Amino acid sequence: MKLHEYQAKRLMAEHGLPVQTGVVIAKPSETAAALKKLGKGPWMVKAQVHTGGRGKAGGVAILKTAKEAAAFAKKILGTTLVTHQTGPQGLVVRKLLAEPAVKLERELYAAVLMNRKTGKPVLIASGEGGMDIEELAATSPEKILRLDIDPQRGLEGFHARRIAFATGLTGELMGASAVFFRDLVKMFLASDASLIEINPLGVLKGTKGRRLLALDAKVTIDDNAAFRQDELFKDADVSDLSAAERRAGKTGLSYIRLEGGIGCMVNGAGLAMATMDIIKLHGGEPANFLDVGGGANVDQVTEAFKIILSDPRVKVIFVNIFGGIMKCDVIAQGIIQAVRKMGLDRPLVVRLEGNRVEEGRKLLASSGLAITPASDLTEGAKKAVALAAASGGRPGLSDGTAGKN
Amino acid sequence: MSILVTHDTKVIVQGITGSAGSYHAKACRDYGTRVVGGVTPGKGGTTVEGIPVFNTVHDAVKATGASASMIYVPPPFAADAILEAADAGLELIVAITEGIPVLDMSRVKAALRGTRARLIGPNGPGLITPGDDPSTSSGQAKRPGCKVGIMPGHIHRPGRIGVVSRSGTLTYEAAWQLTQRGLGQSTVVGIGGDPVQGSTFVDILELFQQDPETDAVFMIGEIGGTAEEDAAHYFKSKMTKPLFAFIAGRTAPPGKRMGHAGAIVDGGPGKGGHGTAAEKRAVLEAVGVKVVDSPADMGDIVFKALRGS
Repeated sequence: MKLHEYQAKRLMAEHGLPVQTGVVIAKPSETAAALKKLGKGPWMVKAQVHTGGRGKAGGVAILKTAKEAAAFAKKILGTTLVTHQTGPQGLVVRKLLAEPAVKLERELYAAVLMNRKTGKPVLIASGEGGMDIEELAATSPEKILRLDIDPQRGLEGFHARRIAFATGLTGELMGASAVFFRDLVKMFLASDASLIEINPLGVLKGTKGRRLLALDAKVTIDDNAAFRQDELFKDADVSDLSAAERRAGKTGLSYIRLEGGIGCMVNGAGLAMATMDIIKLHGGEPANFLDVGGGANVDQVTEAFKIILSDPRVKVIFVNIFGGIMKCDVIAQGIIQAVRKMGLDRPLVVRLEGNRVEEGRKLLASSGLAITPASDLTEGAKKAVALAAASGGRPGLSDGTAGKN
Repeated sequence: MSILVTHDTKVIVQGITGSAGSYHAKACRDYGTRVVGGVTPGKGGTTVEGIPVFNTVHDAVKATGASASMIYVPPPFAADAILEAADAGLELIVAITEGIPVLDMSRVKAALRGTRARLIGPNGPGLITPGDDPSTSSGQAKRPGCKVGIMPGHIHRPGRIGVVSRSGTLTYEAAWQLTQRGLGQSTVVGIGGDPVQGSTFVDILELFQQDPETDAVFMIGEIGGTAEEDAAHYFKSKMTKPLFAFIAGRTAPPGKRMGHAGAIVDGGPGKGGHGTAAEKRAVLEAVGVKVVDSPADMGDIVFKALRGS
């Protein structure tokens, strides 16, 4: 689960990390009252969307007056922000975060994430922040410090010293730096984060000397830890998900909407990906990724099939099942139950293999449904692609005219 | 004849009184696995399908002499179950559980260093050393198999091809294609779809390389991480047996998690190589691994390479 910047900063504040107290604006009319809480401008106002590259895409502005800020809020709230990370469809801006604008003396980079190779968290720090870390990694890798962290012990004193000297956070900032990075790792471990990225981490020069301030925060929490991070998951923003994706999530199905016209229902994530791949290999385009899971019951299969049927772009449905724990007759019952409620107005290609395959095939055969059977993966994919092409338009590409649901 | 398990391996089932645990304890025993006990705290002294249940792994090991465990314990308690198995001295721990927090696995992995335990999974189908199909009557004595996992046993045949995979059902697909082309398997290992795994591709490839009864290996990778790239490096420097591969997810959109916790093409910071299927394929092919385009050709490519076309 990705946190918005304002949620991430709230969490950071709870862990004692230096962030500004900002205000969230959801409606243009709230702007003036919200900014009043921050005091005098200028303010930094930022679109709250789950992506990077907001600044370049026009999602961040420094504004001097309440009037300017209200105009910006009116212009950007409810619109779609397209950044280099979102893809062409972009993300809808539903909230803004406003903070007092600050002048930074330096910009640094800090992140903690899980290193899959070592199975340990890794802390990444650089004295050069504010820019794309990928670019820095490519051009000057020596400017990036990577430290493996023991998940039991957290950050050690020597780690803190290495970071301070490598990033130039020495002198009066050395103590603050040690505390900052120690607490950053503590937060990573305590909140089951899979990523915390602070870019930029700023150095401010005030009347009482220099201090650190986290200007931006990208935080992702491990979905598997939802059972013990309920406070965080309670505030999950699912508005970027489609209705079908939310519906699938509630049923315990893994569903991702794609651009094509061939609806897929598969058991197992690997086989579901492979099914998309083979459709594309034969010239079609999948409409979705859908993994009904290893041990789904009839109701879950029914719901999965209904989700596919409800997608008006779907021209052909391809069911590809290799039953291990999953019983093929459960799949057949689920399909029949869904079709009984919603009807079947599009071609259906079914490939069943594995556990209780004969029972499953018999159920489908005696159901009277118009099913195109396939004996293996290739045949199933080819038939689905051909049927999609026959239903008009480019093979498997949705033209938005198919389906009546 | 195999890696990790033989028909002599004695196996206990942690979480045996749950629905998945009891179902698969029986299915594994029916296949021929020596399932000698189960563990559920508080249910010691009872039986499941005639299998004795113990309160702790230590009790079970003492009473049965088991060397392997298969874990069906729910995610909040699974890390503790793995540590208990390691502490009881088990050599092989197969964690089937899906949904264990990544940090729990990170801590487990750190704790297992220095123990004799080898962890397979979590979030995978387990492993199988196939036995002869009991339904065919060839007149010869049947070789019993050992299944420590949730895969359907009947799609496998004993033989000389190793299979290692991050997937579940796609592994069944591969085993089934090999079987249909007359190519049996030495051992089929699902290492799981999580970002932090007990055993990596390289760990398992090393075992297949050392196994005198494995002739070639099929590897099923997927998007996310760099495990396939590590495998390519190992293949180039240490492996003499042929390696074949399929990488799932070439059509996966970036930034979306494709079912498996570890299957994501990542724009994350500071790491070259974002885990796309194309990148992985290129790295594997550059060192001489044969990578199939289509998941329907996994059996064919091995057949053609080993038997001539």
